[in-house]
Amino acid sequence: MSEHVEQASEHAAEHPGYGTFIKVWVALVVLTGCLVGMSLVSQTYAVWGLLTLTPLKAGLVFYFFMHLRYEGPLFKVVVLVTLGTLLIFFALLFSDVAFR
Amino acid sequence: MSGHLHRDDFGSRLGMWLFLVTEMVLFGGLFIAYSYMRYRYPGEFHHGGSELNVTLGVINTVVLLTSSLTVVLAIVAVQRAEKRRAMTFLGTTLVLGLTFLVIKSFEWGAKFHHGLYPNSPHLATLPPGEQVFFGLYFTMTGLHGLHVVAGLSVLGVMLWWVATDRIRQDRYIHLENGGLYWHLVDVIWIFLLPLFYLAA
Repeated sequence: MSEHVEQASEHAAEHPGYGTFIKVWVALVVLTGCLVGMSLVSQTYAVWGLLTLTPLKAGLVFYFFMHLRYEGPLFKVVVLVTLGTLLIFFALLFSDVAFR
Repeated sequence: MSGHLHRDDFGSRLGMWLFLVTEMVLFGGLFIAYSYMRYRYPGEFHHGGSELNVTLGVINTVVLLTSSLTVVLAIVAVQRAEKRRAMTFLGTTLVLGLTFLVIKSFEWGAKFHHGLYPNSPHLATLPPGEQVFFGLYFTMTGLHGLHVVAGLSVLGVMLWWVATDRIRQDRYIHLENGGLYWHLVDVIWIFLLPLFYLAA
């Protein structure tokens, strides 16, 4: 596998090799293990795991598997604007709920 | 890229991403609904969540994460003109996707067996918060399941196209876009696991 990586090194910026994605997959599985572990400790830890590790996992999939890392700024902006919009709706809902 | 071929891979990917953000908003709305209901019925959500099978949820997560890996590896293989390898990777993805659906059907089957299904008489006897929990559970995992079926159909076509050289080293945008869809399905499940199985 390493020779493939070296072979393609001149295109590395454009096309990452097998190794990069396998490492990301290992990280995703480890993070899933941590998430399950945290949920076994207590409910509070489970929620903290949900709020921290889950977006991190999603970020890894977006950034590497979905190739956002290798795209220009436009694609990143499209995704961030969408997530920002959802966040605004989320904040609006809970600001309403909080003052009932 | 090769402009004289009259194609616009960048435009294709942008179109796919625009479609994907509508999917993100679709599921995002459901996530927001879940958050509010969980805030309103914490005890009932906890009780509902404790009835789900965490082991099956975690196994399905690893299955989907691995299927995402094999899609992205198939793209690398196509970029390197390793057709056989690309087909093996895509075939593995299809098997893993089907495995996910089989596990999910066992899980749903067990719930049905216990009288837990949408609009069931038993569900109607549960407290409102638990009815909401299972309503969201069936809606969100069901909608996700439909996306898995759609993704598998698309990737099945991609495998056929790789086999018939319609997808090859100099032309693989369809596989990239099919892969993007599959990864989004994976991301949605990444959120569903903690929401329903771990942190409820």
